[in-house]
Amino acid sequence: MIRVRMPQHLSALAGAEREVELDVAGRVTQKAIVDALELRFPALAGALRDPHTMQRRPFVRFFACGEDISHQSQDLELPDAIISGKEQFLIVAAISGG
Amino acid sequence: MAAVRILAGTRKGAFILSSDERRKDWDVSGPHFPGWEVYHVKGSPLNPDRLYASQSNSWFGQHVQRSDDGGRSWNPVGNLFSYEGMPGTHQFYDGSLRPWEFKRVWHFEPSPTAEEEVFAGVEDAALFLSKDGGMTWGELSGLRESDSGPLWAPGAGGLCLHTIVLDSLAAGRIFVAISAAGVFRSEDNGLTWTPSNKGLVSEYIPDPQAEVGHCVHKIATHKTRPEVLFMQKHWDVMRSDNAGQNWYEISGNLPSDFGFVIDVHAHEPDTIYVIPIKSDSEHFVDGSLQVFRSRTGGYEWEALINGLPQRNCYVNVLRDALAVDSLDSCGVYFGTSGGQIYASADSGDSWQAIVTDLPSVLSVEVQTLR
Repeated sequence: MIRVRMPQHLSALAGAEREVELDVAGRVTQKAIVDALELRFPALAGALRDPHTMQRRPFVRFFACGEDISHQSQDLELPDAIISGKEQFLIVAAISGG
Repeated sequence: MAAVRILAGTRKGAFILSSDERRKDWDVSGPHFPGWEVYHVKGSPLNPDRLYASQSNSWFGQHVQRSDDGGRSWNPVGNLFSYEGMPGTHQFYDGSLRPWEFKRVWHFEPSPTAEEEVFAGVEDAALFLSKDGGMTWGELSGLRESDSGPLWAPGAGGLCLHTIVLDSLAAGRIFVAISAAGVFRSEDNGLTWTPSNKGLVSEYIPDPQAEVGHCVHKIATHKTRPEVLFMQKHWDVMRSDNAGQNWYEISGNLPSDFGFVIDVHAHEPDTIYVIPIKSDSEHFVDGSLQVFRSRTGGYEWEALINGLPQRNCYVNVLRDALAVDSLDSCGVYFGTSGGQIYASADSGDSWQAIVTDLPSVLSVEVQTLR
């Protein structure tokens, strides 16, 4: 079970708690997690990635095990601690606009 | 007893203000979608409890919310706005070419004849239609793909389609306004379009006969006389008596003819309202807030200041932030960049601030509930 923690705006949009648990079939990658998240919460479609290019939105960041993995390949398998649920997969809204 | 509901979009959420027909005491609900920019909220003329809200921010993109109970609860609906075909390019500020890219919804216009139909005006400028209550959206691409489309360039706020006027008498006739392209008219429900900008003169365009490139801020009409259109252009207040085929200036004695809003009285087709500001850089008039009303369809204007601040006031009113109700004594409402919403229950003769400290107001719509 993958544990995903979302920023407040996304949890409100999804009507979900800040942390949600997801079943991810197959290899656990950034793309697989976002796919599973959008499937479970359709309101999040287009919120994390541009719906046309499917690229991560510029002000959205992904962290795993304390590391910013936003610029890694979407298809790279994530660390065991994320796969096992020991660590959260963090979706972070970039601090900007101040 | 009738009631009035104000739908306000702001920089940090939506607010709904409700009153009975006396329009003295107001209940305020919100913020709905706190922290998000809400460019527009509008209700269906067929089912006033059906509302659409445009929710967006730079982090998480565009989302569309729908309410079926007058704003007590909301549900996200479709937010996929895909341009038809290969969208190509439009002009950028510096004359370079930029690919068409969807950014946000500026304006919703629910159909007055089909409850599940709603139009959306978006940035980069295009017109979309949903036939299923906002669940899915399809572009009416004849507008963007018309001859002038590649020549359109953004105004300071972006290349936005911000105004949609559905003709109340001529079936199939639609007007839209785009900054900074101009007005376009369709006679076939949005399939094909022609520019409707003859008579507009914009100093920044070298060609005085330019068919497009005009920074139209807002157009409005009266439902009983839809062939007469009123326009607040970047500079100049304009009028057309022939459904946009020609325009002529009616700025008359206004202290400035720059502004964003324009609207028409609910029962008097020749009574119109504007809120002038000094210029494109000074979005105020000498520290005072003044609505101007013409009862003669233009040229002759009177300042309406009773109840409005006349000292140290430097707020602006954006293009979608003025609206009227349809009670017997027509109510007029507007929201400011300072977070105030002012209301007049007597056609503008007197005003009261019904809220004073909202986030910066982007849009105001009014529903008259009977």
